Amino acid sequence: MSRHLKNEEYEKTFSGKFRQWLNGESDPFLGKVEQKSQKEQRESRKQARKRRQEHETLLTEAYNLPKSRTFKLFGKAYGLASVLFAMVLIVVLVMAVSYLPTFGEADKPINNEVSERYIEKGLEETGAVNIVTGMILDYRAFDTLGESHVLFLATIAVLVLLRVDDDSPGHEILMEQAADRFHEPKNDIILQTAAKFLVPIIFIFGIYVILCGHLGPGGGFSGGAIIGAGLILYLTAFGFNKTERFFTAKTQKIMSVSALGCYSLCKSYSFYTGANHIESIIPLGIPGTILSSGLILILNICVGVVVSATMYTFYVMFRKGNF
Amino acid sequence: MSSFVCNFPFITILASLFSGAASSVIPGKWARRWNKLLLVIIAILSFVTMRYSWKLGTYYTYSMGHFPAPWGNEIRVGVLETFMAMFFSLLMLLCLMGGEAEREREIEESKQNLYYVLADLLISSLLSLIYTNDIFTAYVFVEINTLAACGLIMIRQYGRTMEAATRYLIMNLLGSGLFLLGICFLYDITGHLLMSNMRAVVDEIVKQGTYTVPLIISLGLMVVGLAIKTALYPFHAWVPDAYGYSTLSSSALLSALVSKGYVFLLIKIIMRVIGFDFVSKTSVSNVLFIYGLIGMMMGSINAIRQKDIRRMLAYSSVAQMGYIYMGLDLGTEVGIVAAIFHIISHMATKAMLFVAAGGLAAASGDHKEFAYLRGAAYRNKMAGLAFLSGALSMIGLPLFSGFISKLLFAQASMDQGYKMFFALAAIAISTILNTIYFMKAVMIIYTPIYSEEKNRIGGRIIYVKDQAMKVCVFAAFIAIDLVLGLFSEPIVSLLTIGIQMFG
Repeated sequence: MSRHLKNEEYEKTFSGKFRQWLNGESDPFLGKVEQKSQKEQRESRKQARKRRQEHETLLTEAYNLPKSRTFKLFGKAYGLASVLFAMVLIVVLVMAVSYLPTFGEADKPINNEVSERYIEKGLEETGAVNIVTGMILDYRAFDTLGESHVLFLATIAVLVLLRVDDDSPGHEILMEQAADRFHEPKNDIILQTAAKFLVPIIFIFGIYVILCGHLGPGGGFSGGAIIGAGLILYLTAFGFNKTERFFTAKTQKIMSVSALGCYSLCKSYSFYTGANHIESIIPLGIPGTILSSGLILILNICVGVVVSATMYTFYVMFRKGNF
Repeated sequence: MSSFVCNFPFITILASLFSGAASSVIPGKWARRWNKLLLVIIAILSFVTMRYSWKLGTYYTYSMGHFPAPWGNEIRVGVLETFMAMFFSLLMLLCLMGGEAEREREIEESKQNLYYVLADLLISSLLSLIYTNDIFTAYVFVEINTLAACGLIMIRQYGRTMEAATRYLIMNLLGSGLFLLGICFLYDITGHLLMSNMRAVVDEIVKQGTYTVPLIISLGLMVVGLAIKTALYPFHAWVPDAYGYSTLSSSALLSALVSKGYVFLLIKIIMRVIGFDFVSKTSVSNVLFIYGLIGMMMGSINAIRQKDIRRMLAYSSVAQMGYIYMGLDLGTEVGIVAAIFHIISHMATKAMLFVAAGGLAAASGDHKEFAYLRGAAYRNKMAGLAFLSGALSMIGLPLFSGFISKLLFAQASMDQGYKMFFALAAIAISTILNTIYFMKAVMIIYTPIYSEEKNRIGGRIIYVKDQAMKVCVFAAFIAIDLVLGLFSEPIVSLLTIGIQMFG
């Protein structure tokens, strides 16, 4: 009720709507959010019998349970033995730790010329203020090259395992089940509004973490994970149709391959020149500015692209089986 | 660092990594061609590098980047490494060509190119394991190796392969974990990741007697980790399913290449990181020796019990792995040479046997059980011939490579006290066991079927006239086996020189 406005006009204002919602007269989500209630799972007596039969066949045929007492005994002995083995291993490893050099001591074997040079000359030689980034992307770049291929390979392995193709058996049923969240609300306003605010911020933050990997904590791996999380949030809020306008299977592939190719190319140049004692033409720049530390910035971007594509692909593959 | 040839190992590694990534966006047919070209190029470049290194008379190191070794990464190239690289790439080419027809039938069209992604990354990881002089780089590429092998198993979507892939993944991750734990211990007491520098500190540790306990524990962890990954006898539970049900070329690749890459890494750790003298004095070596012997027996006994030709070959691989571990732990350098020769000979022979078994199964309506394989050698003549020569080589008949490796093992065990007795007895017994199951298989495939019997095996008699390519593959396999058997002298001397450069 309002003193200044008429009743009809008052109902259109925000406070009027709020009051209506408070009184339970109207529901703003009704008709806007599609919801599908979950059915209670019921199985007929026939289905239940079939299920029990299948379970019993599995036990008798595959494991031969009723006949073999040895199997049961073996199962118990196996459990006992594994617990015992784990205990012994724990004791041995803990004892081994007590023989190791004391933690934090100054003259430990690991405090040698290797770490000394990383700490003292790291900034000067790699141009990266963040020494860890300098180590993983310049001193030991070959390891990181392998590591980013591990991520790529993980994507490929998940594709091998989960991809549902147009011609694979049972494709239609699988696609229908997987097409979208079956029981979850579509066009959830709360989620969409939150995503509208959060996704750009997450993207910008991820890009910041990647680009400033050589200046402070961060880098390709963490920044890529943040961007991947943003993509997943966008997908959860807006569904596949909207996401596929800018991110499809093809985009993902091209992104990964070009990032890995770029990484390989950059590092090939630096390995080749390094091993053949040719002066590298890439300037290190002034430490602390964004365009510094030679190739590290480019490599960070490549790693970030690979990581974000990997995370997003994992999510899509496990949810739907195809882009 | 004068010649351009020095760059070849680095070029092969980077090229295979890059082809792996690029194969994911091109169609399967082009990925296959690219993969073949890549493997041929790797073999040629490795051969050229081997000649260069032979002339140089010593190993050379190649720093990966602008920073010298203990700070940056480094690869180390010698005769042995380049020879292995050449052999690995050639064998991979033959395995992939041999299983091509089966692969195209069993794998969905859209996943064809993914197979070559896995294969390219597999060869890159094998090359890196061979060349690397940095133990952490080795770990990174062990990861690539494990994941690629897992993909190779499960790309054939079929219940048994899924189970096999799960087992493979669990066991191999356990192995990787133990290996990583071993590296951590070793790094904490040496302060280095570069193998040559680790060795210097380890020698100091052994001399002074400090930190001997963590050193032995880290050696044990690394050895057990790699033993799980190479399917030494008590850790072989993942083998029969993984080798028995995955697509043909995957089985051949897994048994011939993947496990051998890990063995090579183990040899590297023994020779270059810890030092051969120390390892052969510790009890770790004796334990491995005993497990090697048990593996030789139990692998063969299990193989006799199999009704399926591929599973039989898988158990035979377990037995052959026992030979390799026996050779490594005899305590002599000749033992190491024998083990490496056996790696090579087993690689060639087992890959041939797997591909031949695939050919025989194709001639029996895709049945791998012995009940269906009767007379299969008459229906697919070239596969039968290849299986026969592979079986003879495995048994250890002169002319074939298996004989030479057994001879080398026997020679290596001389003057080794009680180890000599056990090694010789084990070789003798295992030869008899090998004969039992391989001759059984050969007799079954060479027993003709009479027409009235056709109904009993379901009337499935298919005469296979292989394509020219498969015949070439079989011929190449047999030729490699014969060359290794007949001209073993130069190869053994090459390996001996390689081992001297290697340590």
